[in-house]
Amino acid sequence: MTDRNAEAANGSGIGAYLMGHMREYGLLFALIAIMFFFQIVTNGTLLKPVNVTNLLLQNSYIIIMALGMLIVIVAGHIDLSVGSVMGFVGALAAVMIVEWDMSTGVTIATCLLAGGLIGAAQGYWIAYWKIPSFIVTLAAMLVFRGLSLWLLEGQSLGPFPREFQMISNGFVPDIFPAGLAIGLADLFGEKRINVLSLATGLTAACLITYMGLKSRAQNRAFGMDVEPAAFFYARIGITSLALIFIFYKLSTFRGLPNVLLTMGVLTIIYAFFTERTVTGRRIYALGGNEKAAKLSGVKTERLTFLAFANMGVLAAAAGLVFAARLNSATPKAGFALELDVIAAVFIGGASMSGGVGRIVGAVVGAFLMGVLNNGMSILGIGIDYQQVIKGLVLLAAVIFDVYNKSKQS
Amino acid sequence: MKTLLEMRAITKEFPGVKALDTVNLAVQEGEIHAICGENGAGKSTLMKVLSGVYPTGTYDGEIHYDGALAEFADISDSEARGIIIIHQELALVPLLSIAENLFLGNECSRSGIIDWRDTNQRTEALLRKVGLTEPPSAIVDKLGVGKQQLVEIAKALSKEVRLLILDEPTAALSESDSQALLDLMLELKQQGVTQIIISHKLNEVRRVADTVTVIRDGTTVSTMNAAKGEITEDGIVRDMVGRDMADRYPERARRAGEILMEVKGWNVWHPIHAERQMIKDVNMTVRAGEVVGIAGLMGAGRTELAMSIFGRSYGRNISGSLEMNGAPANVDSVSGAIEAGLAYVTEDRKSLGLVLDETIQRNITLANLPEVSRKTILNEARETQVAEKYRAALNIRTPSVFQKVMNLSGGNQQKVVLSKWLFAGPEVLILDEPTRGIDVGAKFEIYGIINELSAQGKGVVMISSEMPELLGMCDRIYVMNEGAFVGELTAEEASQERIMSLIVTE
Repeated sequence: MTDRNAEAANGSGIGAYLMGHMREYGLLFALIAIMFFFQIVTNGTLLKPVNVTNLLLQNSYIIIMALGMLIVIVAGHIDLSVGSVMGFVGALAAVMIVEWDMSTGVTIATCLLAGGLIGAAQGYWIAYWKIPSFIVTLAAMLVFRGLSLWLLEGQSLGPFPREFQMISNGFVPDIFPAGLAIGLADLFGEKRINVLSLATGLTAACLITYMGLKSRAQNRAFGMDVEPAAFFYARIGITSLALIFIFYKLSTFRGLPNVLLTMGVLTIIYAFFTERTVTGRRIYALGGNEKAAKLSGVKTERLTFLAFANMGVLAAAAGLVFAARLNSATPKAGFALELDVIAAVFIGGASMSGGVGRIVGAVVGAFLMGVLNNGMSILGIGIDYQQVIKGLVLLAAVIFDVYNKSKQS
Repeated sequence: MKTLLEMRAITKEFPGVKALDTVNLAVQEGEIHAICGENGAGKSTLMKVLSGVYPTGTYDGEIHYDGALAEFADISDSEARGIIIIHQELALVPLLSIAENLFLGNECSRSGIIDWRDTNQRTEALLRKVGLTEPPSAIVDKLGVGKQQLVEIAKALSKEVRLLILDEPTAALSESDSQALLDLMLELKQQGVTQIIISHKLNEVRRVADTVTVIRDGTTVSTMNAAKGEITEDGIVRDMVGRDMADRYPERARRAGEILMEVKGWNVWHPIHAERQMIKDVNMTVRAGEVVGIAGLMGAGRTELAMSIFGRSYGRNISGSLEMNGAPANVDSVSGAIEAGLAYVTEDRKSLGLVLDETIQRNITLANLPEVSRKTILNEARETQVAEKYRAALNIRTPSVFQKVMNLSGGNQQKVVLSKWLFAGPEVLILDEPTRGIDVGAKFEIYGIINELSAQGKGVVMISSEMPELLGMCDRIYVMNEGAFVGELTAEEASQERIMSLIVTE
């Protein structure tokens, strides 16, 4: 997570390096510590294969929306409407499929388009009329909460056909020969092994290691200060092992959930987009200093508009995933979820004033919240305490940010 | 007549700069005292010392006020003694009413409850004094700038003012509003209010001032007395600019080539106050290899002109034509202007020129990202090469191009902005106050860069408030005042006196 952070030119010792990159390590360590903690206090329930699968499914829609929200926040805005839009799109899907008998494919395409239009409509007022995003999206939050109620006439609507449910509840079929799976299962002493899942985990670990090494070599060639070797290998090692571990757990249950695939692919695309493309770079400049970006030829209005349109599409995708998972659309779907999404992005290190934040951070932030939710639920902690603890975690993360920043300067 | 205020040997230093150097100022009770000087001469600093913005102890020297040594710890201290300053940028709350503004922080209240009847009555009385007929409930935002200025004065009067300081009070006013304000000043003088006015408009100074003190480079140059017939505009101009050419400018072979850029009939109106014309019928040419200066005082419209040309980044209802290399160029957007071969290095590099929280490298490539990418995917190795190239060429002093620009000194930040625009590959660069706020060594380096650009056949437009800099660098100088070009001088013709007299004799 720290490969490209070369701004800390203050000192060369490990301590100084850690100081400069406290935020990123802190996030990773916090996630690991919280997982350890819950693994112990839940007597191992947290990391049981069925619970790992659940954890991913439960947080998939938050993560999908966090990708778009990160971009919106980096651009210097906020989107409060995503929970309502998500609920509305789920309701739309239910009406189309259950009441109008439309096919799954047409429904998905229409819903994504509807999400894009909803986002674009909000982005239009924010970008070209300079109406504060807080107001526009607050209005949209109320509007679409109401429209979902109206569409569903206050009732739940379902069930969905099997192929629609597959969006959330399906698993990627194992493409490897069954013989291999049985052999491996015997070897590890498990009842069954999904070879595809295990292979994906190993591939992901190799890729992360390879890319880490490559960018480290590149940074060194450019003369950036690279992170100390011990840190680098520890970080890569822990991340790789964690990935292999998670995918191994998945493989002993039902394999790779479809949603995980969607989520993974989207995360990679958005990480690449924000860090390696011209448009991505311009969004950071826009959030960092809108006037300077504008005077450098960046079309700031258009970028803002697109950030919200994109957010709308992702909120719609999250709405489909959510509806498929519950196997029905309810007027309550997505209620107050925007707050979880925004919290995930800020826990992930994004700055309220824009220009700072990373996709990987937002995803880890979302997982951190997810593990907290899940762990506390297993322990039977009431929803009251859960809310309090989540709120305090968010506050602590941001205080940590501000404290770090003031210490550096 | 007795002396109300005497500032003795005031010296004020900022890190690296001596803003005031043993300045003396004596103001007699009941007079209007004008302070004249170029931008940056130290007038505003002196007034900040007087009003307690810079508290006692942060400067050397003594202030004697009303017969006693005055040691002000902050503005409220000086206000309590009747010294009230009206700044160039008005300090009114635009969406509150006149009455609310007049008594802001000084409300007519009983145990925290505002007495509106009392407030309105007192407001009406004060408004009569300054000649305003607006109701006390009128919203300040709806008044013109001239009337807002009068509200400021009424506010000062509400505090039982003894010494009223007006910093460029007529800079933003129309001719008739200015006259009304000057009349009011004379009337207040009749009522015994001592006033200090800071102004560039020498005809106004001559009209109202009893005494004129000229400040140059942080020291008092001369004091003139109207009663003795000493105040003349020529005399003031001479004393304002009469400095030796202390700064040095690198030599450059002067040769102007073909016309690169030509602006014809350029008119711009204020973006909010649609009736105010900011740029009036400007015609300008820039040739290859030429350095063209635009001289003028603050508020003359130089930045507004540059920004309106550069992608219509300022103003509305812009009319006029712009040709690059003899062909009409579309400069309706910033990206269009960049494509047409223009670059604009802004006056305000921190808020308009740089993304402070980003690295040097990312700032340098921002205006020309396509050049360091293939099919919209960035090539960071190439970016680093580019950044390193400009770091070496412009001598940006930094441990690495991955340093955030907020950690750089002003001079190095300016070099990053210049690098950004050089990398965009322009034909004409508009440099707005390119050496403001940077040290002498870095200034010299920037002059070198400008000469280098001109040697490469690029056109440079240089906006500067430092006249010696324009005289030392430019082949040709346009003189700008109140939104219009009021003169054009070749390097041979130009002198500080000629420029200043073109400005002050509208």
